[in-house]
Amino acid sequence: MAYNLKEVMTTKPSRFTAGHRMCAGCGAPASARMVLRALKPEDQAVVCCATGCMEVSTFMYPYTSWTDSFIHTAFECAAATESGVEAAYRSLKKQGKLPEDQVTKFITFGGDGGTYDIGLQSLSGAMERGHDMTYVCYDNGAYMNTGIQRSSATPKFADTTTTPAGKVIPGKMQSRKDLTKVMVGHHLPYVAQTVALNNFKDLYEKAEKAIYTEGPTFLNVMAPCPRGWGYNTEDLMEINKLAVETCYWPLYEVIDGKYVINYKPKNKLPIEEFLKPQKRFKHMFKPGNEWMIKEFQDEVDKRWQELLDLEEMTNKAESAE
Amino acid sequence: MSIRERLSGNEAVATAMKQINPDVVAAFPITPSTEIPQYFSTFVSNGQVDTEFVAVESEHSAMSATIGAEAAGSRAMTATSANGLSLMWEMIYIASSLRLPIVMSLVNRAVSGPLNIHNDHSDAMGVRDAGWIMLFSENNQEAYDNILMAHRIAEHKDVLLPLMVCQDGFITSHSIENIELLEDNKVKEFVGKYKPEHYLLNKNEQMAVGPLDLQGFLFEHKFQQAEAMRNAKRVIEEVSVEFEKLTGRKYNFFEEYKMDDAEYVVVCMNSTAGTAKYTVDELRAKGVKAGLLKVRMFRPFPAEEIAEALSKSSIKSVAVLDKSDSLNAAGGALYEDITSAMYVNKKSVPVVSYVYGIGGRDTTSDQIESVFKDLQKIDKDDKVADPYRYLGLRK
Repeated sequence: MAYNLKEVMTTKPSRFTAGHRMCAGCGAPASARMVLRALKPEDQAVVCCATGCMEVSTFMYPYTSWTDSFIHTAFECAAATESGVEAAYRSLKKQGKLPEDQVTKFITFGGDGGTYDIGLQSLSGAMERGHDMTYVCYDNGAYMNTGIQRSSATPKFADTTTTPAGKVIPGKMQSRKDLTKVMVGHHLPYVAQTVALNNFKDLYEKAEKAIYTEGPTFLNVMAPCPRGWGYNTEDLMEINKLAVETCYWPLYEVIDGKYVINYKPKNKLPIEEFLKPQKRFKHMFKPGNEWMIKEFQDEVDKRWQELLDLEEMTNKAESAE
Repeated sequence: MSIRERLSGNEAVATAMKQINPDVVAAFPITPSTEIPQYFSTFVSNGQVDTEFVAVESEHSAMSATIGAEAAGSRAMTATSANGLSLMWEMIYIASSLRLPIVMSLVNRAVSGPLNIHNDHSDAMGVRDAGWIMLFSENNQEAYDNILMAHRIAEHKDVLLPLMVCQDGFITSHSIENIELLEDNKVKEFVGKYKPEHYLLNKNEQMAVGPLDLQGFLFEHKFQQAEAMRNAKRVIEEVSVEFEKLTGRKYNFFEEYKMDDAEYVVVCMNSTAGTAKYTVDELRAKGVKAGLLKVRMFRPFPAEEIAEALSKSSIKSVAVLDKSDSLNAAGGALYEDITSAMYVNKKSVPVVSYVYGIGGRDTTSDQIESVFKDLQKIDKDDKVADPYRYLGLRK
């Protein structure tokens, strides 16, 4: 059945309610709501959140925005915490201590701080152990909850509060970690990179696949941050679109090791289009800094080509058979 | 009829865990507690338990997964030592604040650094304010018995706090001694089924755990933890009485050994009590009225009861032995707790602190005898000139 946003909205009530305190123009809450909408209405879920914007803004005692059961423990251990919940589910199910018809899914959210950095070990462990859970990283490219400090997901040259663009050092001097590929290296049954775009089609369909693929699955969702990135709140969807059209954030999935690029722009836009509307890259457009844009473009091109190669390589085997 | 066996302390704990048959065990190996998850995973592999064993990648994840599993509505257990507990530290506080009756076996070992794998109590002392019930065990039998009582205490509706059972690394964890085990069915009956009131996997009621809890409510939530800890005293007593009916083995907050007419008293925890009992007997044979107070329940701390026990008119001086240094230039943690308890309860007797056995340094009966000699001198001089001392330190 073809994806239809209106139908999804009407047939699947929101499991992430209004009234939370996330910023206007933030990419995370809309993504989280859509991920949860991918659940079958009759299925239960236990949602786990790493400490971060999403957690502190959605579950401040005594209020919660989550209609499913929810657990938060600390910053670096959302995957481990959820793995314990999932192990309990398997144990209790096996022993007949839960109703036979109960179906519970396990969905964990962490920002790039809680996922790429402090929580990477816990995530890697949980995925390797094969828990039947979906980990969703909402990647806003810095530690936004503590006030925009650099993370390993922060793109090169970005101005953050711990990599300020100064007179000597022009922002962050390292390229970003490619976490999606790190997760592919775990040989998971399903890994995907997505963003809220085109009526959420890509995000929704990938969330559905991730949640309903047995075993550990991983979604990397780019979730822009108006405060950290410096764009106008109403431009969220435009930023998402530019990230994809410039191939800064390619949409792809890796199913049992096979790469599928979901969208290849006919006219790949120059990276300036993505960088320009964001204050964090403002210094790159000063006269004399053209080399920074070139370097950024080269990195994007290199990674995009690598992705095209991987798609070709991982699909070659089958076509040869 | 109970079963006579010969088991190490680690085997005793693993056996108790097998009999309890928890729903989830998540653990990471660390000397000297490694054997517990090892033995236990064998039970899992051979289908002797229904447990899901989660072989996590660190102790931080061990406690995180245990928290997740317990919050989910299952009975979850773990085991660790020293640096493993240090790595868990953040989650230790979260476990108690979420009011999850997790049971952990802590096989005491020196916390780094420098690295040392042998016994002292620096690991346990590092979490003494974390809101966990802490029971100490002299030998394999006590470690086994304390684990069997643990869930009944932790899961009591007036308590709902995590509980750790401590025993001395290598000294008891790896020493094989005689032990009396209960039959499986008796353990099952005594421990009972876990029926949490609220849990994540409840199909009929959603639950949210671990909020951002700011100025408006955190204080009250901490007060509730404090109240639960106070309640735990009563519950520990009740469960111990019931356990005695079942096994004939009596457990109080602390054990008083030859204390009735004792003039000189040593206070300690865990295996050193065994050595101290031997020394007390030796000294008694020589006419010295020596006595021992062995603390079993360190958290909650039985302040009033210990103050009462140490204020018998016969007592002339007391030495508190701490197998961990608080590095506060004042005295060990147990010493500080005991002296404040006595002060608050207006009981006055000279009390001296000895830090001993650090990093697995052997503590001999001769050393404990020297403490009793010191106590006699303190009594004679009627003063404690230097109350913060070391026992068995290289000269």
